[in-house]
Amino acid sequence: MTQNTAEAGTATGLGDDPMVVAENVHKHFGRLEVLRGIDMEVHRGDVCCVVGPSGSGKSTFLRCINHLEKISAGRLWVDGQLMGYRQRAGKLYELHDAQVARQRRGIGMVFQNFNLFPHMTVLGNLLEAPVRVNHRPRSEARKEALDLLDRVGLADKAGEYPRQLSGGQQQRVAIARALAMRPGLMLFDEPTSALDPELVGEVLDVMKGLAEEGMTMVVVTHEMGFAREVGDKLVFMDEGIVVESGEPRRVLADPQHDRTRSFLSKVL
Amino acid sequence: MSTTPDDPRPAPDPGAPAGQSPPEPVKAIPVRHPGRWVAAAVLVVLCAMFVHMLITNAAFDWPFLFEQMFSSQVLIGVRTTVILAAVSMAIGVAIGIFVAVMRLSDNPILVTVAWVYTWFFRAVPRIVLCVLFGNVAILYQTLEFGIPFDNYWLPLLGFEDGARFYSVPMETLLSPFVAAVIALSLSQGAYMAEIVRAGLLSVDKGQTEAAQALGMNRGLVLRRITLPQALRVIIPPTGNEATAIMKDTSLVSAIPLTTELFFQLQQIGARTFNLFPMLVAACLWYLAITSLMMVGQYYLEHAFNRSNRSAASVRGVGQRA
Repeated sequence: MTQNTAEAGTATGLGDDPMVVAENVHKHFGRLEVLRGIDMEVHRGDVCCVVGPSGSGKSTFLRCINHLEKISAGRLWVDGQLMGYRQRAGKLYELHDAQVARQRRGIGMVFQNFNLFPHMTVLGNLLEAPVRVNHRPRSEARKEALDLLDRVGLADKAGEYPRQLSGGQQQRVAIARALAMRPGLMLFDEPTSALDPELVGEVLDVMKGLAEEGMTMVVVTHEMGFAREVGDKLVFMDEGIVVESGEPRRVLADPQHDRTRSFLSKVL
Repeated sequence: MSTTPDDPRPAPDPGAPAGQSPPEPVKAIPVRHPGRWVAAAVLVVLCAMFVHMLITNAAFDWPFLFEQMFSSQVLIGVRTTVILAAVSMAIGVAIGIFVAVMRLSDNPILVTVAWVYTWFFRAVPRIVLCVLFGNVAILYQTLEFGIPFDNYWLPLLGFEDGARFYSVPMETLLSPFVAAVIALSLSQGAYMAEIVRAGLLSVDKGQTEAAQALGMNRGLVLRRITLPQALRVIIPPTGNEATAIMKDTSLVSAIPLTTELFFQLQQIGARTFNLFPMLVAACLWYLAITSLMMVGQYYLEHAFNRSNRSAASVRGVGQRA
């Protein structure tokens, strides 16, 4: 998988269809408009960091990408596939639960609160989806899961239950769990926000390693340092729209909009 | 004492702050509780009186009680009661899970059906259900399978005979035992549905989202993620329900299913004009069965808590390693 994404990532220019394309995406909960027309492209192999004040809709947008939230208007493609719908003869058909589930297999997601399965061991968490969803042989999946745990530095924790681990360790397991499905795209929803400050680094290190291997990532975060160092693109959202986006160093050093400037002055 | 207001309190802790001399244990005269002694004395006297009555009152007729308590007739009654309770509970749990999932689905028809089922079977007393299902034969003498309303519309098309493919007399189909199982399990299913629903709702929504994000479909999420976690909430009240249905098997003599424990004991009492020992025997039997079930429930709950709670799971892993 990493090979594929790495190849696609380096293949710039002709035939480089983006991994994520959002076109005028709207989302409202009842009367509350959370997203008011998001246009965005994330290219293969890129790390796209989404920042903004709370309530700006950045987490909601992330959840729209893998269809955990249904969008109210617009279109959203991942890897060339329209998420949650099928378009035929100018008409849009909603996809069945099982079809949406199939689309999600190629998209990994990491949550703010880890959401590990507490009734399974760490290894069980990693095996669940590859074995039950992709029907891979257990022994083969197990070998790969142990490799993944080794990669996030938790090879010795395979037999433990999530609650025996620290927050940082749990989040690293959550990343490994998502990677076990060999996704082409990883979504991170404020992965370090629920962590004690001294545990943030270990999670960011894993994410940095992933970025270096060429994984396409969309990261909702408050870690401006990570965005500057690892990000290929920074998107600043506020009140449901993209206010400004571009090369992270450029946006952070020289924001063009007042809203971006005032936000950055508070967090930097 | 008041000169060092903070130090004496943390002192008994073994991990006391360093640099201090070893803490002096608190030596104090405990608060006296004279009321307890009086209450204990009164209770001892009352117990003695009760035991004395048990031994001296001839109405208990202990030899007769123990002789009848293990007679074949009564043992058959125990067997019927236990089997009936177990079967009804098993079907009830299955119905409960099914109905709870229906109730939580996003299909409005299933939600309504589940709600009406729960509403009806929780509202009607079990003894009424027992009598009702015991008399279903009044409603249908035979059970027939065919095309619905055939007697109305088939003659319009010129067919004389109805379209019935298979029929079976209700009496053979609905024995008193089957009627009892249906009445009790339908009732139990309604209560279990509410318990399972509460259990499923207790599981954090993030669990479902994480599973969905991994590409699991709804059925798999339920089977592998939500339901196993809901069990921790579902099991304790389910144990109580199992005890309740075991006791409520005494209602099925109204069907009438007469091989049941309580009816058998009552019958012996009536036949021998020695009722009271049989009532005591009934108490003893139900006590024995319920106590056994409580032991089972205790171990079941502990097994589930071990894999679900942090402190307990640390211990569990330690034992296995």
